[in-house]
Amino acid sequence: MDISKDLVAASAAPLVLAILADGDSYGYAIIKRVGELSGGHLRWTDGMLYPVLHRLERLGYVEARWAKSESGRRRRYYRITKAGQAHLEAQRRQWQVVDATLREIWMAASSLPVEWPPLPHRRAEAAC
Amino acid sequence: MLTHDDALEAQITQWRSWLRRRPAIRDADVEELEGHLRDLVTDLRAAGLAADEAFLVAVKRLGDLDAVSREFAREHSERLWKQLVMAKDADGKASGSPLREGTVVIALAAAAAAAIKLPELFGYPQIGSGDGFFDSGTFYFPNVSFFVLPFLAGYFAWKRRLDRVGCVRLALIFATAAVAINALPFTAGGHTQTLAALHLPIALWLAVGIAYSGGRWFDGSRRMDFVRFSGELFIYYVLMALGGGVLTGFTAVSFAAIGADVEWFAQQWMLPCGAMGAVIVGAWLVEAKQSVVENMAPVLTRLFTPLFAAALLALLVTMAWTGSGIDMEREVLIGFDLLLAVVLGLLLYAISARDMQAPPGAFDALQLLLVACALVVDAVALSAIAGRISEFGLSPNRAAALGENLVLLVNLSWSAWLYARFLAGRGPFSALERWQTAYLPVYAVWAAFVVVAFPPLFGFV
Repeated sequence: MDISKDLVAASAAPLVLAILADGDSYGYAIIKRVGELSGGHLRWTDGMLYPVLHRLERLGYVEARWAKSESGRRRRYYRITKAGQAHLEAQRRQWQVVDATLREIWMAASSLPVEWPPLPHRRAEAAC
Repeated sequence: MLTHDDALEAQITQWRSWLRRRPAIRDADVEELEGHLRDLVTDLRAAGLAADEAFLVAVKRLGDLDAVSREFAREHSERLWKQLVMAKDADGKASGSPLREGTVVIALAAAAAAAIKLPELFGYPQIGSGDGFFDSGTFYFPNVSFFVLPFLAGYFAWKRRLDRVGCVRLALIFATAAVAINALPFTAGGHTQTLAALHLPIALWLAVGIAYSGGRWFDGSRRMDFVRFSGELFIYYVLMALGGGVLTGFTAVSFAAIGADVEWFAQQWMLPCGAMGAVIVGAWLVEAKQSVVENMAPVLTRLFTPLFAAALLALLVTMAWTGSGIDMEREVLIGFDLLLAVVLGLLLYAISARDMQAPPGAFDALQLLLVACALVVDAVALSAIAGRISEFGLSPNRAAALGENLVLLVNLSWSAWLYARFLAGRGPFSALERWQTAYLPVYAVWAAFVVVAFPPLFGFV
């Protein structure tokens, strides 16, 4: 199942913030974590993560610092800030509303006699 | 095995040099992306892929470099803000052909040039017929914004494909302003009219900004782009004015040599029409030029920040040394407003060109010193002014100057605080940028207040 481009873009910031809320991390580890958590369904183009991280940094939601990695190379580590935590909390509530609303609709829809295939199996139309 | 690693290193080096060519991607970003690539290659090889296979897969995963660099450009617009980031949509197509844009620009510039001559048809005195440019009656001076800014806003509305609601909103702003400045019962040539005429362009510049941002005025980075645009336009305008002056002088002298007097033409046609049309042409040049004058405003900022800081510091030291206060003449207050405006301009353009992720440096400390000096000097000036106002009361000019001073003072004080936090490593630099972009409407609101509320408050004197 491919997740549509728009949905990936919209979920990028809350995902990154949520992962950083668990502890400091760096780009590659964040991508890996997203892959694991989504069972491989949520695939980003890896390079696209960094503009997102930089945007979050500019907005003051995360801070970054360079530090030596275990391989000896410099690596940029990101940490969530207080403002980032507040933003994440706000995002969480918004996503919950969206999620709850969709659930309601799909529950109602599945109880009706339907001629089309059940909704969860329809492919998102905006898929790239 | 070693040869495999060597080949891999060569491939990574090549990939890195490809990445470096993108203007939106800085060295630090390259390093970050390269770290990612290497981590990916290591994991893939651990999973059993050969070095070259792992490299290919890793590069593919990092994504199409064009698309990635476009994302970087969108986020870091300060790095190449005018290299057509905004002109190109996601598919990489330009929004219109250059020829078509040229035609639109020329038409709009001609319209602005014609607009300033239009009032003559309705019996107003000829522009340029008085002693000075704006002496031709009390009509042109208050209304000068309307001969050019609507066309400028129109250009951006066209270029950014502003939706209908946005266009109507802009038209309403201009129409309201035109009614206000012309319908209020001013004393002709009085203080409040002059103040309103001076402040109206500032208020309407916000409308241009809304058009410039293509309706996304609440996007902070668009506002910063508009600040950059304003600075570059100003520089272009000054350059064009210099060129225009040379052209005018040359024309006058050469025609005088053959015994023809063309001074009337220069004063009544070339100067006013050129002054209006040049704004549109300048805006187009800023939009379209390909790094001919790469970000002049920040360069000038770098040059003048130390000089202004030194001058202010010298002033403070002299004041402390001789113990002399500021002699509060009538013009001095306006002088201090201008000083704060210049300092703010230096700050704004330094911010607009700064790499948000760079750590605090010596220039930042200098910038803070400049702002701090300006604040101290202004505090001394304000205390002197307060005395004068309590003695002579509040005239419209003094109230306007005082209000401006407060508007700038609030901005600079908070900027100094944010700057100090940044230098102490306790806040991000972006907080400063956000503060500045969030503050932009305050100037317009204050200017609008002077235009609309001052005349009735002070009895239209």
